[in-house]
Amino acid sequence: MPLFEALRLALQTIRTQKLKSGFSLLGVFIGVASLIGAWSIVNGVNRYMTEKFAQTLFGVNTFQLRRRPMFTPNVPDSVWRAWARRPRIRFSDAEALNAAFTVPVITAWQSSDNQTVFYRDKQARDIELTAASERYFEIKNLRLALGRAFTAQENRSGAPVVVLGDAVAQRLFVDRSPLDRSVRIGGNAYRVIGVVEKQGSVLGFPLDRFVVVPALSPAQNLVNPPGILDAFLVKAQSEPEMRLAMDQAEGIMRSRRHLRPRQDDNFALDTSEGVQRFWAGISRILVVVLPGVVLVSLVIGGIVIMNIMLMAVAERTREIGLRKSLGARRRDVLRQFLAESVAIATVGAGVGVVAGIGLTFLIAAASPLPASVSPVSILLGVVMGAGVGVVAGVYPASRAARLDPIAALRQE
Amino acid sequence: MFRTGDTPLPDVIILTHKLTRAYDMGGEVVRALQGVSLQIRKNEYVAVMGPSGSGKSTLMNLIGCLDTPTSGEYWLNGQKVSDLDDDELARIRNKEIGFVFQTFNLLPRASALHNVELPLIYAGAGARERRGRAARALERVGLGDRMEHRPNELSGGQRQRVAIARALVNDPSILLADEPTGNLDSTTSAEIMAVFRDLHGQGQTVVMVTHEHDIAAHAARVVTLRDGLIASDQLQAA
Repeated sequence: MPLFEALRLALQTIRTQKLKSGFSLLGVFIGVASLIGAWSIVNGVNRYMTEKFAQTLFGVNTFQLRRRPMFTPNVPDSVWRAWARRPRIRFSDAEALNAAFTVPVITAWQSSDNQTVFYRDKQARDIELTAASERYFEIKNLRLALGRAFTAQENRSGAPVVVLGDAVAQRLFVDRSPLDRSVRIGGNAYRVIGVVEKQGSVLGFPLDRFVVVPALSPAQNLVNPPGILDAFLVKAQSEPEMRLAMDQAEGIMRSRRHLRPRQDDNFALDTSEGVQRFWAGISRILVVVLPGVVLVSLVIGGIVIMNIMLMAVAERTREIGLRKSLGARRRDVLRQFLAESVAIATVGAGVGVVAGIGLTFLIAAASPLPASVSPVSILLGVVMGAGVGVVAGVYPASRAARLDPIAALRQE
Repeated sequence: MFRTGDTPLPDVIILTHKLTRAYDMGGEVVRALQGVSLQIRKNEYVAVMGPSGSGKSTLMNLIGCLDTPTSGEYWLNGQKVSDLDDDELARIRNKEIGFVFQTFNLLPRASALHNVELPLIYAGAGARERRGRAARALERVGLGDRMEHRPNELSGGQRQRVAIARALVNDPSILLADEPTGNLDSTTSAEIMAVFRDLHGQGQTVVMVTHEHDIAAHAARVVTLRDGLIASDQLQAA
């Protein structure tokens, strides 16, 4: 029997036994749908991390000098304690670095903590208060929707001016203009001079719940002890120049801290690569867990299909006997049942692909997770589904093929 | 007289020579056939009779190439088939033998036309050729207007005629019928016997296993088995 006939027959059998076939392809369906759904999330976040997060949020060719790395998966307690004992980054460190860089860079100070911002009788809680120097906006790619950022002069003099994140402006001023209004942060009055464009969110974390004040303004005491910085931000004009600046920063910091050659750095130089490594760590967990889930579904799906096929062989023993009496060879019968099991599994995988794509769009639309379907996952899903069909079908089909035509014909 | 090493005469369609078949039934050997030598010529119409246990089903299975003998020779249409392997026997069944069963054995979900096409699928015929030949076979048994009907939309006699069309579609050397009227009332039985008579008249060799004397009476020759041996072999007037 040609393959085409076997396939046609298989599809016809599936059509006439919709309910049974529907149940039997459920396992493969779930396996493939979850494969594509989860893969799409990982894929989407990957792209987001490499394209949007790294490029715009962290900043291109930018590094940060910090006490400890910002994104760190699975760090043991002992390491955390060692990091906590490290000296903090000081204003003087930042000034020394600024004076020493031999490549053109722009730099900014940054210290942040959560605070409540008040306007008259309204308040916005859990707002990230950032005390930063004036180039911060440039390095972070924060463009202003209204008003202006503060100037170097305002930064140095510690002027009580503030730039609001979009969510804070919305919360406190709704649709009135916040410009030149006075808000209170930690008991100090600040004049609003600008509002930053809406940033949206990353992985569900809102990016607009912040305010930025000059690094030397009164609120600096709310975020850090005097003279201390969370991070010193350095943006170079190119990747090689950033590397050079990082080398210089490392050398200067080591000499300022009197580290001997064998001692490790007691500070961190974070780049967007660090963030990506952090994400790679998380996605690696997914990459380990995901195949497990998919595998379990597919194995269950395979067992279900094998059972259904064994039942089909038992039910259709007489038909098999008849086909053999009419000239079907073993391989014809084998092919017929194998085609049926592969067809069931492939249809399951196909429906799973459609459901997985649907799931992806649903996730992308209804949640902050950026999901995007990977063509490789579709191919893999269908191939694995068909593979399950082959594996699950071999035993029932070979049983059918070995049936003795006389006994098979006699069966009621 | 045929001897081992001979080849049958050209017009001998079926030749069995000292055919035996023994089954091992849990240690006990049952000799279903104990040396059956039989020759059937082209365009004969033979009924095989015998009480149950006489070995007529075993002979039928051997003649139909569904089973292989324990010893002896079986020649079908000039070819020695008693020592062929499974796949070759499948090919012989496909090309040389047209089965008609007591219970029709039609695929319930397939149309009459598709049922008749089945042997042609295993013969490797293309879709268009299959349709054409299956349609002609159905017309031959008077079902040209029922081609798209399913078995459950047909009467018992019509179903058996579909089965006969299926048996004929590959132009077999023999039409091998196993109790073809066993599930039919007497009117319908007569109808089916008329079909057999017509086919025989057109030159078809027919071998029919039955235990009913009035059905066997339609055949030109009656072979009676008893205890695994031929008890009688008689020509009778049509």
